[in-house]
Amino acid sequence: MRRLGWLRSTVASTVVAAAALGVLGGGEAAAQGKQLTLCWAAWDPANALVELGKDFTKQSGIEMKYEFVPWTSYADRFLNELNSHGKLCDLIIGDSQWIGGAAENKWYVKLNDFFDKEKISMDDFVPATVVGYSQWPKNTPNYWALPAMADAVGWTYRKDWFSRPEIQSAFKAKYGRDLAPPKTYDELKQIAEFFQGREIDGKKVYGAYIFTERGSEGITMGVTNVLYNYGFAYDNPKKPYQMQGIVNSADAAKGLEFYKELYKCCTAPGMTNAYMQEGLDAFKSGQVAMQMNWFAFFPGLYKDPNVGGDKIGFFVNPAGPKGHFTQLGGQGISVVATSDHKDDALAYIKWFAQPAVQQKWWQIGGYSALKAVVDAPDFPKSAAFAPQFLESMGIVKDFWAEPSYAQLLLDMQKRVHDYVVADKGTSQQALDLLVKDWTKVFKEQGKEVASQ
Amino acid sequence: MDTMTTILQPDHATIPGVSKPVKSRAARRVHGLSDRAIAWLFVAPTIALLLAINIFPLIWMIRLSFTNLNLSMSYLPLRFVGLDNFRDILTDEDVWFRLQTTAQFVISSVALQVVIGFGLALLINRQFRGHSFWTTIILLPMMLSPAVVGNFWTLLLQPQIGPFNYLISLLTGVPPSSFSMTGQVSLAPWTIVLVDTWMWAPYVMLICLAGLRSIPDYIYEAAEVDRASAWRQFWSITLPMTVPFLMLAVLFRAIENFKMFDMVNLLTSGGPGSTTELVSISLKRAAFEKWRTGYSSALAIILFVTVFGAANIYVKTLNKVKQR
Repeated sequence: MRRLGWLRSTVASTVVAAAALGVLGGGEAAAQGKQLTLCWAAWDPANALVELGKDFTKQSGIEMKYEFVPWTSYADRFLNELNSHGKLCDLIIGDSQWIGGAAENKWYVKLNDFFDKEKISMDDFVPATVVGYSQWPKNTPNYWALPAMADAVGWTYRKDWFSRPEIQSAFKAKYGRDLAPPKTYDELKQIAEFFQGREIDGKKVYGAYIFTERGSEGITMGVTNVLYNYGFAYDNPKKPYQMQGIVNSADAAKGLEFYKELYKCCTAPGMTNAYMQEGLDAFKSGQVAMQMNWFAFFPGLYKDPNVGGDKIGFFVNPAGPKGHFTQLGGQGISVVATSDHKDDALAYIKWFAQPAVQQKWWQIGGYSALKAVVDAPDFPKSAAFAPQFLESMGIVKDFWAEPSYAQLLLDMQKRVHDYVVADKGTSQQALDLLVKDWTKVFKEQGKEVASQ
Repeated sequence: MDTMTTILQPDHATIPGVSKPVKSRAARRVHGLSDRAIAWLFVAPTIALLLAINIFPLIWMIRLSFTNLNLSMSYLPLRFVGLDNFRDILTDEDVWFRLQTTAQFVISSVALQVVIGFGLALLINRQFRGHSFWTTIILLPMMLSPAVVGNFWTLLLQPQIGPFNYLISLLTGVPPSSFSMTGQVSLAPWTIVLVDTWMWAPYVMLICLAGLRSIPDYIYEAAEVDRASAWRQFWSITLPMTVPFLMLAVLFRAIENFKMFDMVNLLTSGGPGSTTELVSISLKRAAFEKWRTGYSSALAIILFVTVFGAANIYVKTLNKVKQR
């Protein structure tokens, strides 16, 4: 009986304690007020967004909580969350390619009415970012996100190495022209070959760093920068989803071949599975002369004490024989349809869209897509990489944004990596197989795929 | 009656302070319940849990394998597609290639682990100075998480800064940056075998050690009396008597390696190209990256049946060996 009595008193105490905690907890929550969770990738601009968000909290009293996931698992983590109708995120800065799936599956709140009500006009944003991050179907006035982080692939180079007289004269002697940031991919390859294996300050350096990552999106986001400029397109603009002869055209095959040549001739050893971080490491450690990477990282690189400042230069993705484009990156910010705090989330978007906030966003390390910011006369002088960023945003192309984008992306990852890194087959065979894979995916999606 | 009996078999009537009403209350509580019912009462929560987290998902997965469900396009109507997913998988060259890659990985790694594990067990079975210390050192790799192993081997194998390439360079004279263990088609499959063997040979050693320790000393004593050589003793006593343990180790390791994912994913992500893309990596990509739920359910069933069937045949063989 004594034992039961002890049990009873313990239960009673626990209940009382729990109730007390509940009351206290409730009181604390009430004191804290509202809270929003924003989901994004864990990278430099996310830290800037945390800083920026403090102003929102100050103004609205709404606490901001952040869920940042590394890029390599960003898509897996958040698409899983959206697929399972989770309530982790109120706001999400989702990748541009998710927009089709997010709209069709109703993962995001459609923002048209909200934009109309709050007088937020998509005409105020850079057109490529509106099409890339907000619209689904593309080029229709159906908006599912506000352009949040404009981004594209660009290049950094070692300005200090390029400007050394002995290096300049050696280059001129070999190629008969001045050593300068490349305008075309042929020039880039020449420069990369020139630096490959060269000894600078007693250290062996390498020509170029390019994306080769296999697991998520790396090699695709790298190779497309060459493919676009060699004549590759995703489909026939006049016949949507007709890919035969477009994706696997002879020109596209030449582009793929070129990427492989660049990888073989001019990259550092062991770069068989490398993406953003490996590129930053290679550049910061003084290993490479030129680096392909996203503009999002350039503010951080410019500030780097070893390779930043006067030592770093930036250039736009070089042109190819068939055009001049670059891969679009970046994301839009959306309200998650399953969120219990949609009104607060919309209030955040309204606040974020303000020109003053967008201006600050650019100043502290984010990339605004608002025309008022990027078209301002002093914008090109506002950062060392601003002119290149501005030019790049005018020539961007993006990967498929279909609901089935993940399948399309993984198929391309496989076919390109098989050819470029694993030496399997020819470039033409790789692209032929890619057309076969993509045709199958679209047919499963119920699309009509014309063969010619 | 001694003290011990009193404690182990308490007789309430004879123990002061314990009164009869307590016993009758307890009896009333279980009144009407048979032993069988009480047994079910105890087992029921476990069965319910098993049904909820194992059996129900399995049945659900079987159902999904006959559909076109793709979670990234859940707005499309769910269609019953019969055996289409199974036909797609079994006629897909890539799937067969992945199975071949997996089989090569399983056979090579398990064979190496058995040879090295058994060799280590023979060494550790002897008494020598620092025996416990060396046993602990050998067992360390298997105590690590596969994620940790994958990450630190990635660093060890890095062509420019990793010590592994420098060691090979020291031994062979080949420049350290001239080869990439995880990035070259010819080396990557062997790299995953090497790392897996490093991690799991100690596990095989433990099982073999249990087998070696179970051999009675008198058998060796009899062999000594018969003047059998050490080699003869190994072939006629040690090996035959540890074979069931070795077979058990092979079974455990083969099942584990057939579903190997984490370590290989961290080391190579299935690359270069698809060189080390084991079937488990393919399955994960189909299910959680491409979101092809119907297709991946069918693939999971095919893999389950394959492993289950092979394991059953193997266990029957193991039992026959034991009976001998």
